Amino acid sequence: MRIIKNRILKGIVTKPLDKSFSLNEGLETTGAELKKIIQEKFSRSLHIREVDTGSCGACESEIISTTNPIYDIQRFGVSFVASPRHADCLLVTGPVSKNMALALKKTYDAMPEPKFVITLGRCALDGGIFKDAYYTEKGVANIIPVAFHIPGCPPKPLDIIKALITFLKAR
Amino acid sequence: MDYKAVLKELNEKLGVETKTVFLREDEIYLKVNLNDFKTTCLTLHKVLLAPIASLFALDCRKDSGVFEIYCSFASAKCKKWFFVVAEISGDDPKFNSLAKDIYSASLFEREIKEMFGIEPYGNPDTRRLRLHSEICPEIYPLRKDFNKPPARGKAEDYVFNKVEGEGIFEVPVGPVHAGIIGPGHFRFSMAGEPIINLEIRLGFKHRGIEKLFEGKTIPEAINLSECVSGDASFANSLSFCTAIEKIAGITPSENTQMLRAVFLELERLYNHINDMGGIAVDVGFSFPAAFAQIVKENILQLNEKLTGSRYLKNVNSPGEVKITWDKEKAEAAQEALKKIYKDFKEIKEILLSSVSFMDRVDGTGVLKKKTAEDLGVTGVAARASGIAADLRKDFPGIYAKAKFNPVKQEAGDCLARLNMRIAEFEESLRVICDFLGKITPQPQMASNYNIKEGFALGYAEAWRGALTYWVKVNKNGVIERCKITDPSFLNWQALSFCVLGDIIPDFPLCNKSFDLSYSGNDL
Ligand code: SF4
Repeated sequence: MRIIKNRILKGIVTKPLDKSFSLNEGLETTGAELKKIIQEKFSRSLHIREVDTGSCGACESEIISTTNPIYDIQRFGVSFVASPRHADCLLVTGPVSKNMALALKKTYDAMPEPKFVITLGRCALDGGIFKDAYYTEKGVANIIPVAFHIPGCPPKPLDIIKALITFLKAR
Repeated sequence: MDYKAVLKELNEKLGVETKTVFLREDEIYLKVNLNDFKTTCLTLHKVLLAPIASLFALDCRKDSGVFEIYCSFASAKCKKWFFVVAEISGDDPKFNSLAKDIYSASLFEREIKEMFGIEPYGNPDTRRLRLHSEICPEIYPLRKDFNKPPARGKAEDYVFNKVEGEGIFEVPVGPVHAGIIGPGHFRFSMAGEPIINLEIRLGFKHRGIEKLFEGKTIPEAINLSECVSGDASFANSLSFCTAIEKIAGITPSENTQMLRAVFLELERLYNHINDMGGIAVDVGFSFPAAFAQIVKENILQLNEKLTGSRYLKNVNSPGEVKITWDKEKAEAAQEALKKIYKDFKEIKEILLSSVSFMDRVDGTGVLKKKTAEDLGVTGVAARASGIAADLRKDFPGIYAKAKFNPVKQEAGDCLARLNMRIAEFEESLRVICDFLGKITPQPQMASNYNIKEGFALGYAEAWRGALTYWVKVNKNGVIERCKITDPSFLNWQALSFCVLGDIIPDFPLCNKSFDLSYSGNDL
């Protein structure tokens, strides 16, 4: 146990300091801006529920990346929640496979008002590369109302954070 | 072992001559009558001691009025892929099911039934996998005369296997899960705490990718292959490109092959470290989990530096990689990998020296070797249960140059799968560094090839396991059929066996120790 304790302490002190931060210049200022908006408009926290409706998985991976210790979107007031009942925002990826259309609708209906939907990744906008496939609904907007789209295939973590700011500012 | 010896043994046992219709360096196609199809497959299965690698159909009714069915086996000993081929009449399409003799055939047969409407005669389970019956009527999308389906079909419920008895209750989970993860439905039957049955229903992400491939030009198809499973996009584009290279009759230079191996291993690295972290998350051990996320991010950033894409998209093309390579890149990679290795070692020690962590993973979710063999499990999951199968060793290609050492574990539990990932991470790092020293700088090369009519199998050992693309190109140079066999397709079943007797809180742990793809399975 002592070894672990040691490592944990050492980890906290040294990890965030190395190159990760120099690699992501601008993250701090961007983050501070995001935090300010969320404090003003959402009384300190924005809860997001994520639904995958047929993405390739890379979009999910990048959303998860925004929560890693390098980007750490939680410290700006954004958190990902496990239930739609706790969520202010629904973040949807994928072109909406026909099998997922109902589940997506139900998830949306389960959210309390006020609520809004953000789509992420080319697929979610209009089906993207899967647009011509026989088993998709060609984008999220055909199933539930969408307030904003985060472009990319997949968007990088910092782009996701920046896009969130643009959207929340205008709201 | 020579493949001719195999054919001789096969013919003797069968009592009929099989006809070799096509031969390539690593592929052999045997044509038989439909009546002999089943026995030939079973005999070959026994002679080669190999599981079914893939079983799929083809609609050739326009040209010859028949469907074709292909069953493939990989033989490490002969360094060849064996295909048994038969024709199925277009009027009354059916064939004798293999499922009762080779269990792993069952899923493929269900797939053939729903996609082509060809009846696997004698298969006890013909429920649909991907075109959910409550959403869509029977439409057979992979038939060539398929038109877009009607918007909604008849409502017909999917019947889950039911366990009955006193005190048995069911726990349904999904399709939408609590985490940031793909959709799937899990139905647990419980007797008190222990799970006594788990049925997994997938297909929620089905988009119709195999159909979408049809009619695409080669560059379009490469882009599409990268979106089959986003966390294995390089392995997918690599498998696809090798198939095209075989059809076009070109061989990539050694330098290109080494570069590809480096990227394939980088993909393995970021996914394996992600899983190590994921396993820690699922037992609530958050420090190494966060640490692993940092390492993953570092590898993704390295990917971006080397190729311009964090997920190694847009790199492969037939015969070439679409990037420049110079000394700075090699040095940057070496530098970054050194640091990554240091961090990795820390994580490994933190995990393996924590008693409470080890207590959770040791002995949890055991997949027995016999079960794994019967299910045709591949990749990390198979090797953790003592099956020594790895395409990088069985069909080494460029890996022979790095003297690749495959790893294997025996226990088959979550710890074994974790140890597999740790050991593979180390071996992959070694291979990458070995190749980095050998690769010479090269400018961006134009991919130069003439596509011909033909078919071929492309394959790669993706980080989850063997990934194969069987591609047929027609005379216009566009894709006629593309059959993708993702390792997850076979491995998902293993998950439902390995959790039996464990408790539900161990399920996420088992799930993460396999870390299978929803999108690669659902296509
Ligand atoms: S937008 Fe691109 S990265 Fe995202 S799910 Fe679709 S194909 Fe994958």
